[in-house]
Amino acid sequence: MNRSGWLWAPSLAVYAFLYVPLAIVVLFSFNDSRLSAEWVGFTLDWYRKLATDDAMLAAARNSLLIALTAALIATVLGTMAGIAMHRYRIRGLTFLVLTPVAMPEILLGVSLLVFFIQVLNLTLGLVSVLVAHITFCIGFVAIIVRARLAGMDESIFEAARDLGATPWQSFRLVTLPLIMPAVTAGALMSFTLSIDDFVITFFTAGVGVSTLPLQIFTMIKVAVTPEVNAVSTLLMLVTLTLIVLASRVAPDALKGRT
Amino acid sequence: MPLLEIRNVTRRFGTLTAIDRVTLSIEAGEFFTLLGPSGCGKTTLLRMIAGFDAPDAGSIFLDGRDLADKPPEQRPVHTVFQSYALFPHMSVARNVAFPLQMAKKPPEEIAAKVKQALAEVHLEDKGASYPHELSGGQKQRVALARALVTRPRMLLLDEPLGALDAKLREQMEIELISLQRDVGITFVFVTHAQPEALALSHRIAVMRDGRVEQMDTPSRLYGFPANRFVADFIGNCNMLPATVSEATPHGLRLAVGALGEVAAPPAERARAGQAGVLALRPEQVHIVAANAAHELKNHFAGRVRDFLYIGDVTTYVVELENGTRIEALLANSAPGRARFFEVDEPVKVAWRHDAGIFLLD
Amino acid sequence: MAVPRAERVTKWLIAGPPLAFLLAFFLLPSLIMALASLRYPGEFGGLAPLAARPGEESGLTLENYALFFGDWVYAQIFAKSLVIAALTTFACLVLAYPLALLIARSPKKRRDFMVLLVILPFASNFLVRVYAWMIILGPMDLLFTRFAVIVGMVYVHLPFMILPLYTNLEKHDPTLLDAAQDLGANAWHTFWRVTFPLSLPGVFSGSALVFIPVLGMFAIPELLGGKDDWMVGNMIKEAFLGTRDWPFGSMLSLMLTLAVLAIAGAAALFARRGAPNE
Repeated sequence: MNRSGWLWAPSLAVYAFLYVPLAIVVLFSFNDSRLSAEWVGFTLDWYRKLATDDAMLAAARNSLLIALTAALIATVLGTMAGIAMHRYRIRGLTFLVLTPVAMPEILLGVSLLVFFIQVLNLTLGLVSVLVAHITFCIGFVAIIVRARLAGMDESIFEAARDLGATPWQSFRLVTLPLIMPAVTAGALMSFTLSIDDFVITFFTAGVGVSTLPLQIFTMIKVAVTPEVNAVSTLLMLVTLTLIVLASRVAPDALKGRT
Repeated sequence: MPLLEIRNVTRRFGTLTAIDRVTLSIEAGEFFTLLGPSGCGKTTLLRMIAGFDAPDAGSIFLDGRDLADKPPEQRPVHTVFQSYALFPHMSVARNVAFPLQMAKKPPEEIAAKVKQALAEVHLEDKGASYPHELSGGQKQRVALARALVTRPRMLLLDEPLGALDAKLREQMEIELISLQRDVGITFVFVTHAQPEALALSHRIAVMRDGRVEQMDTPSRLYGFPANRFVADFIGNCNMLPATVSEATPHGLRLAVGALGEVAAPPAERARAGQAGVLALRPEQVHIVAANAAHELKNHFAGRVRDFLYIGDVTTYVVELENGTRIEALLANSAPGRARFFEVDEPVKVAWRHDAGIFLLD
Repeated sequence: MAVPRAERVTKWLIAGPPLAFLLAFFLLPSLIMALASLRYPGEFGGLAPLAARPGEESGLTLENYALFFGDWVYAQIFAKSLVIAALTTFACLVLAYPLALLIARSPKKRRDFMVLLVILPFASNFLVRVYAWMIILGPMDLLFTRFAVIVGMVYVHLPFMILPLYTNLEKHDPTLLDAAQDLGANAWHTFWRVTFPLSLPGVFSGSALVFIPVLGMFAIPELLGGKDDWMVGNMIKEAFLGTRDWPFGSMLSLMLTLAVLAIAGAAALFARRGAPNE
């Protein structure tokens, strides 16, 4: 019991390190001053300003559209990949699925940039961002689904076939219901990763299309106003909801990340 | 025509030959057991009958039809898995209904058959429960009900009692025997536990390294093992290295190490000069006080080295004068009055001239 | 013979689509980038045409590599990136260990909540987390320094260290600590001779999860650091979007890939050696 007593002080300090900066961002989104240096008074002006910022609203629409589509497609492909990785030994599949997750994002970003422009002759925009997001989300979904399958008794699936189910019936009636929590968690995680992604989007979006993270990047590079704090706070709220949801659906799924 | 015929089946995994040219046939209504140590290929053979695996060579026939192109779902054969493999997201009733639904039976028939199947395994009131709410023995019975509800031609059981504790296992053994008799379905049972195999089976195939070593009824296997492996694997056995000095139709004379001449029952293929072992069950060896009179031909003096008191019997380890150790079993039929030999006490061991069996190397 | 045809069809129905997608949009682009590093830049950015026309400079070249190995500047930036990544990894390890250990030794009911508290900051956008430090460090006059870069890096990557460490420490058998104490070890010895060596696989996988993304980072040096804090990522970004010298950028990306592979390989090797009993 007392063995871990000394751990409390450093641990609380780390929790504080994790939360205080974010608290400051949220706090200053309500600050009635252009500068984030001192507290002047409470205001909702920055949120009002946000509501009329057309560029920001367009970026939000793009982000949402991309995240929903990317999550949908990545979940289907990632689930298939997860099942295939668990069930078959296909040379190279695991490598192909896991590497985009493990590599620095910039590498996927620039290689897709070259590929889209030089090989496909594609104008960068929604489609290129979408493809890029799906590419790295597949891995996350696959890892979660495979972890779920690995924790299950293999003979359950054999039992279904043994008792007269065709491969498709066995998938629909046994496999899918059993991996559903992992699939849902994978979808939520893909949505979160996509809507939050900056680096890969930065290289594959081109000039025509903007997303929330790209918009935030421009704002904090060029002119920092508490409007950034406001949009950050809202974005935090959205992804927070999703993460809490994911941890409810599949408590172990988040650890599958590691 | 036998129900199941396995002809010359071979299965390799890489360089390992898991099943090596196995041929055997199983009759309808039999309780047949594949017995052997882990890695002997018994489970591989079972999986090939079920359709989860396919032979590299040879064929499997059910009712005279080749099963080669039949996927598991099209074989009239069901499996009870070692882990039970109950669907965790379905209630007990839905688990049992599953094969009936796959066979597209009408709902009224499904309801009636599920009820009957649960009654057969004494789980009438557990239909609405989920697998995680059941005890090990109950799960086992649901797995049996699920596999039997469509009345398959054959039931395959893969170490189904392995996960149960000793008391429950014995109870399930009795239930299995009466269930098999009641439904009249052929059971193919896989186990590494020889007492289980002896207790349950009509016939047993003893396997080792992918081959069938011997196939016979339990009492013949125990009494007349075909070789050292079977003799050793089934029950306990004293193995005395011996050379044949004389072979006649009435009996053998063996030279057993430094013990000298020993009389043994006749063996068909034994010729003078051949080497082998005399396999002697501990219960065939009598143990008496050193000074007791004894009319048996084979008797030797020694000392008690150890004894294991089990309750119903006591096993004595006796070291003979030349160093050979022999195990002897003494039934404690009169508790409290039985004479116990102490460690280091001089005793005599003896056995009848027709006890034991000579096995060639 | 052993695998029926129908099973093989099923297998490719399941594995085929994701495999095809990743081959097309991950492997192929990566290979093309490797090839691009051997090309000349085009007149207006991008790549020059591959087919050599008479009198024109095109085709394949090792010029980009010659440039890289011919000038100390690039090696220095690589070295600086490695140092920043190493410092970040070490700082993360020091901060993460006590917390991971505390969570692992907490009552089961409380653990999930404590882990969730570690994950929640992930709920905020990466840029928001960097921006938070711009607000904090700005008034302290610490913005645009090497210190700011490392603080930002640690802040963004800390959960990547905590989670694998916790996953490892959670699996430790608590009776090992009793055994160590019973055999005469004090608290420090128990930690240093029992807990820490057993946690090495977690330490290595956490370190790889921090080190690798930090090595390729460009946004944090750009937002929190000064011109002097440029890392490999900034060079790559500049080559692709600034000077538009794609072959040079591709060469830098390839070098980064090699560095990452070497580090991941080393981590995997150490992790395996660190766990003799697993």
